[in-house]
Amino acid sequence: MQLRITGLTASAIGAGLFAPGLAHAQTLDISVTIPRLTVAEYHRPYVAIWLEQEGAAPKTLAVWYDDDMKANEGTKWLRDVRQWWRASGRAMKFPAAGVSGATKAPGTHKLSLKPQLGPGNYTLVVEAAREVGGRELVRLPFSLPKGGTTRAAGSSELGAVALTVKR
Amino acid sequence: MKLRNTLIAAAAIAIAIPATVQAHRQWMLPSMTVVSGEGEDVWVTVDAAVSNDLFYFEHQPLRADVSVLLPDGSPGEVKNKAQGRYRTTFDVQISQRGTYKICYATDGVIGSYKLNGEEKRLPRGTTTANLAQAIPAGATDVRTSESSNRNEIFVTAGEPSNTVFKPTGKGIELVPVTHPNDLVMGEDATLQFLLDGKPAAGLPVTVIPGGIRYRDQLRQQDLKTGADGKVTIKWSDPGMTWINVTTPRPAGETEGPPAPGTRRASYVTTVEVMAP
Repeated sequence: MQLRITGLTASAIGAGLFAPGLAHAQTLDISVTIPRLTVAEYHRPYVAIWLEQEGAAPKTLAVWYDDDMKANEGTKWLRDVRQWWRASGRAMKFPAAGVSGATKAPGTHKLSLKPQLGPGNYTLVVEAAREVGGRELVRLPFSLPKGGTTRAAGSSELGAVALTVKR
Repeated sequence: MKLRNTLIAAAAIAIAIPATVQAHRQWMLPSMTVVSGEGEDVWVTVDAAVSNDLFYFEHQPLRADVSVLLPDGSPGEVKNKAQGRYRTTFDVQISQRGTYKICYATDGVIGSYKLNGEEKRLPRGTTTANLAQAIPAGATDVRTSESSNRNEIFVTAGEPSNTVFKPTGKGIELVPVTHPNDLVMGEDATLQFLLDGKPAAGLPVTVIPGGIRYRDQLRQQDLKTGADGKVTIKWSDPGMTWINVTTPRPAGETEGPPAPGTRRASYVTTVEVMAP
């Protein structure tokens, strides 16, 4: 994608950009709420957060799973985050540096990321799958270079999810 | 003694006859087909049986020599194999990333001859190698047909790979257009079938979702491969799904010895259609 940018377009938008061209370092402030559930057996959900862009390979931003089990056993249930597994997870190895982290308790969790992204239409996807529980996925479409805030909410395994794009 | 022989013959029939000919369906059912896990203790377990309903154990265990092909193309191992009254079970350890094939294939010759005016069937277990010995001197009206039967399932750890789909050139084989471990409700899947290594046109393809016992309609799809051996399947249900491909019988032929030179082959697989 970025490699296809010609010298002409690069100069047209100004020569001051760093290689390879149109990518900007914008900040994605992501907020994910894991609901508190009244169930007999509760386990913190596995959560995957990734970016989709038409024509490009999806990019995993964060995966929260049981990353501290002996012999990496917590990876066994990554497949249950099934849309993410198919989109991106199955091509990855775990633990994945800068991406994997421990499961999170109920509450609102914030992360701030600075991925290099060119202009275009994107979707931030957040998917949660809970052991002996359900699965839910929330999609937040956004465009670059436009900034702004997008909000969505799950109804079972995810609470409010918000994305703010800052340039 | 006679009863015993009948039982043995019945067991042999269970794996030796194309699936559409027999009243029952043969199947292997993996505990899962999409596997994550980088530990050293990741396994898939498989149930294998011959039954009417999919996928319930109610008739015979599958009696077959099952083999495993690892993602890198080398042979793997079947472990903890046990045969119960209604099903066979075994485990396969997942130690590599990519697609595994769990398979059994049988080749045989079926047919008949006449000896002293009496028609005789070729015995079970006849192959091209021992065909000459199976036909006694003085036999006339020899009619034989080669029969190849294959039952295989696929399991993928990490990303799907294609090494295990390298055709052997014998019987009916599956070539993925859509990978059989990358199936999702709402997305049509295209599979290609080869017969003896060549695209098999006009083969009937039967697709039946599991869970038959708890519904009134079978929801069977009767499809046919195109000129290129390809068939496109629109899934009716998520879950484990049985697919059977069999060479068609000539019109009017019901049972009995096949026409001379007829090629018979059948193929069975179980695929998992994921929920979206």
